[in-house]
Amino acid sequence: MSDAPDRELRISKIRDGTVIDHITGGQALNVLAILGIGGDEGMGVSIGMNVPSDKLGTKDVVKVEDRELSQGEVDVLSLLAPEATVNIVREFEVVEKKRVERPGRVVGLLTCPNHNCITNADEPVESAFEVVDDGVRCEFCGEIVREDIGDHLAVH
Amino acid sequence: MMRHDHLLSAGQLTREDIEAVLDRAADLADDPGAVGERHADRLLALCFFEPSTRTKMSFDTAMKRIGGDTVDMGSVESSSVKKGESLADTVRVIEGYADGIVLRHPSEGAAKLASQFVDVPVINAGDGAGQHPSQTLLDLYTMRERAGLDDLTVGIMGDLKYGRTVHSLASALTNFDARMHFISPESLRLPRGVRFDLHDAGARLREHTDLDEVLEELDVLYVTRIQRERFPDENEYQQVAGEYQIDADTLERARDDLTVMHPLPRVDEIAPDVDATDHAAYFAQAHNGVPVRMALLDGLLGEDAATDGGDAR
Repeated sequence: MSDAPDRELRISKIRDGTVIDHITGGQALNVLAILGIGGDEGMGVSIGMNVPSDKLGTKDVVKVEDRELSQGEVDVLSLLAPEATVNIVREFEVVEKKRVERPGRVVGLLTCPNHNCITNADEPVESAFEVVDDGVRCEFCGEIVREDIGDHLAVH
Repeated sequence: MMRHDHLLSAGQLTREDIEAVLDRAADLADDPGAVGERHADRLLALCFFEPSTRTKMSFDTAMKRIGGDTVDMGSVESSSVKKGESLADTVRVIEGYADGIVLRHPSEGAAKLASQFVDVPVINAGDGAGQHPSQTLLDLYTMRERAGLDDLTVGIMGDLKYGRTVHSLASALTNFDARMHFISPESLRLPRGVRFDLHDAGARLREHTDLDEVLEELDVLYVTRIQRERFPDENEYQQVAGEYQIDADTLERARDDLTVMHPLPRVDEIAPDVDATDHAAYFAQAHNGVPVRMALLDGLLGEDAATDGGDAR
């Protein structure tokens, strides 16, 4: 424990915005992709990846300045980072903690991995996935995605 | 009476839905004129983006037998699809010409997509490796005639991965007291999505690579074609396909009252010497497509017919 201070995050506190903690290790960039944050919007973004975590072993942390996530955005995060915690910060204080809950379905967020699915055929529809026990399921072709959901983001 | 506007997958059908269609089909098989003129002046659009003989002709026949008529999109080569038109646009145009759309398309989910863009009923007549629910209704009709639909042991053999008739049939059988045996090469086992639904519905199923393991138990053996193009090389195909072919000798070990079915077309998975046996039901099965599709169309187009001033049943 004596070396703990050296291993702490070197990301400074933010004044206003959102802190997403306890993201599954390695998923931070996918989380940003889901939120549509590419870095060219101008807001400050800090990312810590694969940092030690008592709870998860390793985790990612994302801090986004001047942007407060909606409950809908938070729920979508649950697909990639079921353990994530979301804190809304104003004037350096946490004013709200949002719980991540699995949504019933996600629309327009994922691309169906079935290349023969009609949603991959340049038709004027958004993809739609039902969230099932241990993954998501395409509402058009029935394809089930359980592993590496982040690889199928439509918003990369 | 069907409660749904569209027929997209067998999973949407309850036991009551299925039995209502089969009962009506049985009535219409006995008395094809029973529908009367309720559907006169009604048009059904046949939109086949893939080749079809039985499905297309039996929908055509069924619609005409219930007093209506059909309009045919023709082949993809001669349509606007060739010019790059989206399916969504194609069906929105066709909905203005007809009172219902029968759609076959090479992509999974095509019928569902179409249903989101039109107000007329859409019948999925095959979407890629997805579903083919009207085939399932005639399959069940045939099974019910031959073996009944309760306390039934069904073997489904062949291409279980890409076979849309298999996916729909397995899903529908979960409504009945049926034990299902799936017989296929490892590489053509049921896809994950279908397996998920079957387990979700509490289906009693087992999977095999060898028909001999279960043949003696079966009331019905539903054979499907293993397609050459699913295999990277010809040798592998020949090796695998040969193990899933049956002939009269194979059936010597089966029960006398085993019913052998096939959605057709067959290539060599059922030898011609089976045709003359009492097991063979596949030609009767194909013929059943007409009364079953008459009943289906009567139900799906029926409500509008009543509100348009047609005779209510």
